[in-house]
Amino acid sequence: MIPASFDYLEASSVDHAIALFAEHGDAKFLAGGHSLVPMMKLRLVSPSVLIDIGRLAELSYIDDRGDHVAVGALTRHRELEDSSLLAEQIGLLAHVAGQVGDPQVRNRGTIGGSLVHGDPAADLPAASLALRASMVITGAAGQRVVPAVDFFVNFLETAVGDGELLTEIRFPKRTGTRWAYQKFNRRAMDYAIVAVAVQLGDNPGIALVNMGPTPHFAVAASAALAAGAPASKIADAVLEGTGAWDDSNATREYREHLARELTTRALAKAGYTS
Amino acid sequence: MSLIGARVLRKEDPNLITGRGQFVDDLAPAGMVVMVFVTSTEPHSRIVGIDTSEALALPGVLAVWTAADLDGLPPLGLPGLGRPLLATDVVRFVGEPVAVVVAEDKYLAADAAGLVLVDYESLPAAASLTAALADGAPALHEVLGGNTVFEQPFDDDLAVEFAAAPHTASLHIVNNRCAAVPIEPNACLADWGPSGLTLWATFQAPHHLRNTVATYFGIPQDTTRVVTPDVGGGFGAKINFVPEYFLACALSRLLARPVKYTQTRSECQLLMYHGRAQEQDVDVAFDGDGKLLALRVRVTQDQGAYPDPTGMGLPVLTTAMSAGCYKIPKVAVSWRNVVTNTTPVAAYRGAGRPEASYLIERIIDIVADQTGVDAVEVRRRNYIPADEFPYATHSPLAVYDSGNFAGAMDELLTLFDYDGLKAEQARRRDDASKKLIGIGFSSWLEIAAFGPPGSLEAFGHLASWESVQIRVQPDGSAIIYTGASPHGQGTVTTFAQIAAGELGIPFEKISVRHGDTATIPQGIGTMGSRATAVGGEGVRTASVRVVERAKAIAAHLLEANPSDIVLEGDGFAVNGTPSRTVPWSEVAWKSFRPLEIPPETEPGSLDITVFQQVPNFSFPSGAYCCTVEIDRGTGEIEITGMYLVDDCGTVINPLLAEGQVHGGVAQGIAQALYEGITYDSNGLPQNSTLMDYLIPAASDLPDYTCGRTNTPTPNNTLGAKGIGESGSVGAPPAVVNAVVDALSHLGVKHLDMPITPIAVWNVLKGAQ
Repeated sequence: MIPASFDYLEASSVDHAIALFAEHGDAKFLAGGHSLVPMMKLRLVSPSVLIDIGRLAELSYIDDRGDHVAVGALTRHRELEDSSLLAEQIGLLAHVAGQVGDPQVRNRGTIGGSLVHGDPAADLPAASLALRASMVITGAAGQRVVPAVDFFVNFLETAVGDGELLTEIRFPKRTGTRWAYQKFNRRAMDYAIVAVAVQLGDNPGIALVNMGPTPHFAVAASAALAAGAPASKIADAVLEGTGAWDDSNATREYREHLARELTTRALAKAGYTS
Repeated sequence: MSLIGARVLRKEDPNLITGRGQFVDDLAPAGMVVMVFVTSTEPHSRIVGIDTSEALALPGVLAVWTAADLDGLPPLGLPGLGRPLLATDVVRFVGEPVAVVVAEDKYLAADAAGLVLVDYESLPAAASLTAALADGAPALHEVLGGNTVFEQPFDDDLAVEFAAAPHTASLHIVNNRCAAVPIEPNACLADWGPSGLTLWATFQAPHHLRNTVATYFGIPQDTTRVVTPDVGGGFGAKINFVPEYFLACALSRLLARPVKYTQTRSECQLLMYHGRAQEQDVDVAFDGDGKLLALRVRVTQDQGAYPDPTGMGLPVLTTAMSAGCYKIPKVAVSWRNVVTNTTPVAAYRGAGRPEASYLIERIIDIVADQTGVDAVEVRRRNYIPADEFPYATHSPLAVYDSGNFAGAMDELLTLFDYDGLKAEQARRRDDASKKLIGIGFSSWLEIAAFGPPGSLEAFGHLASWESVQIRVQPDGSAIIYTGASPHGQGTVTTFAQIAAGELGIPFEKISVRHGDTATIPQGIGTMGSRATAVGGEGVRTASVRVVERAKAIAAHLLEANPSDIVLEGDGFAVNGTPSRTVPWSEVAWKSFRPLEIPPETEPGSLDITVFQQVPNFSFPSGAYCCTVEIDRGTGEIEITGMYLVDDCGTVINPLLAEGQVHGGVAQGIAQALYEGITYDSNGLPQNSTLMDYLIPAASDLPDYTCGRTNTPTPNNTLGAKGIGESGSVGAPPAVVNAVVDALSHLGVKHLDMPITPIAVWNVLKGAQ
């Protein structure tokens, strides 16, 4: 439970952080630390240098940008949860942020940290998929924008490359604001065994938690939803492309059952009618 | 004025909630160094070699020990089956210490531990009772010639009774292996200097540890001091001897530096003794009215890799208490203790009794199910009547002191609408859109107040009394010193409450000290729900004797007859002459002044030590009901009601008694629905961190509705039976009975703990 020795550097700006990374190589960016620090304590990762970006105020905001809401990567879960702008415009995001861990975790953890960690069991990646968010990635060569569906590449691997930072997440506004998030776990504070995020309205989306190696966008089910298919058909389609596994909490079969069951419940909760 | 029964706030809390508590890891004497373990990653392997050279070469590393360095440090526990301080030639469970590293600080120590290279040669492992008892099973200890350490056969297998019975049922029960998970993992700090050895440890029985450490190292007890400062929970897992305490002392002697060991949470899950880990084969004979005729219980106790003396006693307690609160004409028991390639097993809150109440309360529900008689009614038809105490059971250990089981059930049924809930349950079963309802009862009984002569000696203790010393200070305040060694119970508060009423000294002017062999008279410790029933009684006895002596002094000062002196107001008065009074402060002050006390009295006489004995165990009991709702789509189990009637005799402080019940019930619910250490067939632990070993948090637990009946014990003048373990004894069967009841219309007779959503869903899926 004691990490290997490392050096600590504090970045004073995004550009400074990227420059420090280029200088030190074997480094990790430290934001809220709620994924990175436990992995360091278990010595699953042992970076030589930690570059602390946690105090970069320039990355903490929730801005109305007309057709979308832009969220700075260092915005804490608690700030998402409490945002009246999000509650009004992107209600699914505000709600899901309130489902992460416990209040202590939500006071420290950041949306950018959660997304970049890319944990298939985490809540916010699924919300960003269902909401069809875009990720703004900043590196030495400038900025690029990656859609959420292309962001989660592999187990704990995202489109953010070495030395790059996720700096902003853009959530498109919708005509319809109905949504639902169904999370199943054994204890309130835990990661989901399975969860389903559903966003209705124009360009709707369905995303699944813990149903494969990456946060999962349910392509077929989302298409069926967009086409106005009956809820039972959408639930039937939700497993397409998933790759659930067995662990101490659940078998693959049980996870698949839960994904269908929770999809049905989420659609009903969101008030979906075909 | 008596404070017994008063809802007094805890004296302990201001320190703890302002961060001024002092736990072992808070101590940091000058020159302190840190010890960490290198632990086995293998369940059963021969140690081919250990390379410590890289670790030793790291600057700041002072020592790296392996079994080769243990000269003069013998194994702990049973002769021939002892647990070595460091694995010797063979490792027998994942987490077993293989080497120990001492470094200048904990960071260096952790780095160095990672540099110790252990070369293993795998042996076949036996990580379950089934595997350990199979023909040709790998033997853990060659000396055993198998894996059974001890077997107590049936005296009479009741074949005749069972053959003649109108109905019988059988059940195989797995009582799941639990980790105690105290909020403070094991920790110790050993300082062996020229004037002796001081060992600070998080432990429940400091004198027991002092005596054992002194004997182990062959040093005198007068220069061996054990201090148990604030202790963050123990739950029985801190009454057993573990390698770290002895290694820290040996290394401090070698290095002439204070040596600290602080277990990490991950280590704690695998190194601290586990509890339960028992399988039971139970047969019951009964008639068509649900009247029990005979009970046959065979217990197989998993001891883990090394049999611990306390762990060996678990099935003794289970089989002694197997009949619960029922009058069963014939009871036969048998048990065996078996070693496996798993963490050693010993006491955990309830220690053998939760296993007993679980088996008999599950059996009662099976009888109800099979006869069609209501579960409450089956219990009523079999209770030992309230007028048949003391009641001798099949076991010489268990002569029940007092009880009123029907009274507790009557009280329980006033707490909720049983008939209404049953009707709702029936309606729900026919409406697939609704959640299923389950109602589960337990009429539980346990054995507590470990104190009768011989009861703790069997586990290696000096004796079974508890010590209490009361010293009245010159200003009229009083200090109580006790060998009871609380680790969260609130003994500082309850003992002051008991003393206040007897001494006539205000609660605020009574301090309670514990946990230091240098200042406390001899002591035993806190375990087996004994502190109040034995130590608390000692407080009362000592208080009475102090008052008797104080009255003699007051009489001298008031020029009255001692027999006419009464406690009154803030001191003493002459009975019938209220104007002739002397305050406690004056009596106390003058008690130290030879010219002011009666000539036959010694100065300092208001100082009494007692070694309190009790004649028998006490038997706390109660009636619990759990109600659940089950989600048909997911298998999720929600506890909708937890109704708890406890009978622990006299309650000293209802606030603390309820706290004990709440905590114990939480642990009982946890065992029933969440917890359970599992190993795969190779012996690898499957859930050894708190990420996957699930402990429910407050947000996962229901509100509790508490009731109470009061059947005092005749074993002490307080009438207090003990309540520390009740919840963990009573809750698991109530919860499991509720879940099984919810699913009984689908043909479910039993589900093993922990009952998870997937287990329920598998039932529901099969029924569709």
